[in-house]
Amino acid sequence: MRISSYFYSIRQGLKNIRRNLLFSLASIGTIVSCLFLFGVFYCVIVNFRTAVSDLENTVTISVFFDEGIEDSNINLIGEQIRMREEVKTVDYISADQAWERYAKERYEDDYEAAMASFAGDNPLKNSASFEITLKDLSAQSEFIRFLKGLHGVRKVSTSEITADGIVALNSVVSYASIGIIVILLLVSVFLISNTITIGITVRKEEIGIMKLIGATNFFVRAPFIVEGVVIGLIGSLLPLIIVYYMYDNIVKYIIGRYAVVSKLFAFVPIGDIFVVLIPVSAAIGIGLGLIGSIITTRKHLKV
Amino acid sequence: MIKLDHVSLKYPGSKTLALNDVNFEIADGEFVFIVGASGSGKTSMLKLLLKELDPTSGKVKVADYDYSKLKRRNIPKVRRKLGVVFQNFRLLKDRTVYENVAFAQRVIETPGRYIRRQVPAMLTLVGLADKYKSYPRQLSGGEQQRVALARALVNKPEILLADEPTGNLDPKNSWEIMRLLEDVNKKGTTVVVVTHNKEIVNMMRKRVITLKKGEIISDEAKGGYIDED
Ligand SMILES: Nc1ncnc2c1ncn2[C@@H]1O[C@H](COP(=O)(O)OP(=O)(O)OP(=O)(O)O)[C@@H](O)[C@H]1O
Ligand SMILES: [Mg+2]
Repeated sequence: MRISSYFYSIRQGLKNIRRNLLFSLASIGTIVSCLFLFGVFYCVIVNFRTAVSDLENTVTISVFFDEGIEDSNINLIGEQIRMREEVKTVDYISADQAWERYAKERYEDDYEAAMASFAGDNPLKNSASFEITLKDLSAQSEFIRFLKGLHGVRKVSTSEITADGIVALNSVVSYASIGIIVILLLVSVFLISNTITIGITVRKEEIGIMKLIGATNFFVRAPFIVEGVVIGLIGSLLPLIIVYYMYDNIVKYIIGRYAVVSKLFAFVPIGDIFVVLIPVSAAIGIGLGLIGSIITTRKHLKV
Repeated sequence: MIKLDHVSLKYPGSKTLALNDVNFEIADGEFVFIVGASGSGKTSMLKLLLKELDPTSGKVKVADYDYSKLKRRNIPKVRRKLGVVFQNFRLLKDRTVYENVAFAQRVIETPGRYIRRQVPAMLTLVGLADKYKSYPRQLSGGEQQRVALARALVNKPEILLADEPTGNLDPKNSWEIMRLLEDVNKKGTTVVVVTHNKEIVNMMRKRVITLKKGEIISDEAKGGYIDED
């Protein structure tokens, strides 16, 4: 097609939107709500994910050894653990380190005096351990079974309930939001398709004349496709703007109001979120418009 | 070249044939009148030539394209070689006279600078230069007819199919339009005119094909209008 034909198609497409304003607005509205929810879910999930991975780093597994175990055996166990795929970090905590840590927690400022009073006689002398963190919490129970089977391991201590809870919550949130978004996407395609069907019905005669004069199917379809894409594009820009201001303000409000939160947890910066959200939203919006208009024109113009 | 080879047409739900074993050939550059009583099948025949309808049997060939073998995507290619004045005009109601004529050029993707030059020239030729801003509903029947003619001619078609292009015109205007069609024909366009205008047919001494109840009853080189008994 020539450039001038593209411009003509675009003008006609915009004209369609204006002539068909009510339905165009309804379609835009659905896409806006769909992509708005998508944006909100995305922000929540990204922050939730960061929080979970922060938490995952704090959930550790401790492995204690049989009494009187040889150092070489401890090294062997350490090697076997390090070879596992799911292991992120492994730290060896000697009996002395364990005692110092315990004393610090127990006696706080007086811990040096307390330690001195036990001088040379470590009450936790059988408490050397490996502290392990995992890449993915969902692998935890399987991994613990492996640890318990190792020769020379006396005890494995974990915080299994927390881990399972996080994993479960994580997947519930993900599936629920994917479900809602998919439903909204389908509704959007349906509404766009309806809008364009109405446009085509209204202009049935005109389309017939165009074809008898020698218009190609593409020429007839182009304005409707432009209509769909513009609806999709507007529908994707609005929620991006709304989500941007909402996120910014909510984060500021929470940090300002509850200072503790910022100590526990760092919000993902808005830039990191929008680097992904802008292209994905625009692609979904335009994609919806394209799919809706292509399906509909194919059906009604018998290409 | 136009060729109908044993062409018959039956509308769905109708018991009689709208066209019955029609045969003729029109060479490039010819000027042909198609005449016949109302309902004799003239418009139906033009619809076949435009591939708006397909024949029930027989073959239609237009400008080297055999319609029975024509692929869907090539239909626009043939139609672009044709200029058509429809009996009921088929103008776009929500567009001005100018836009209606320009539309034919946009469809075949004529660059804008040609459209801006050729459309006003065409409107002047059919005597509607001062009405270019009007909408079809603001025009008389004859004026709408001339818009339809301007739209059919603006692309300088190889073949012009005109279904009663003077049906709504007074004798003076009718003759002007006929002179215009003769001019176009002299410049190489094949012209096929359906008409009920006995005087014009008899005066112009062109080839005349006469239809009666879907059958050709006469096809004469320098023919006249045959009145039905
Ligand atoms: N869409 C249709 N469905 C069924 N029958 C039709 C249809 N169009 C036309 N006919 C019939 O086909 C026959 C030929 O019609 P056509 O329109 O070709 O006549 P015509 O010669 O153009 O007449 P006129 O001079 O009145 O325009 C008529 O008997 C008509 O009733
Ligand atoms: Mg007719």
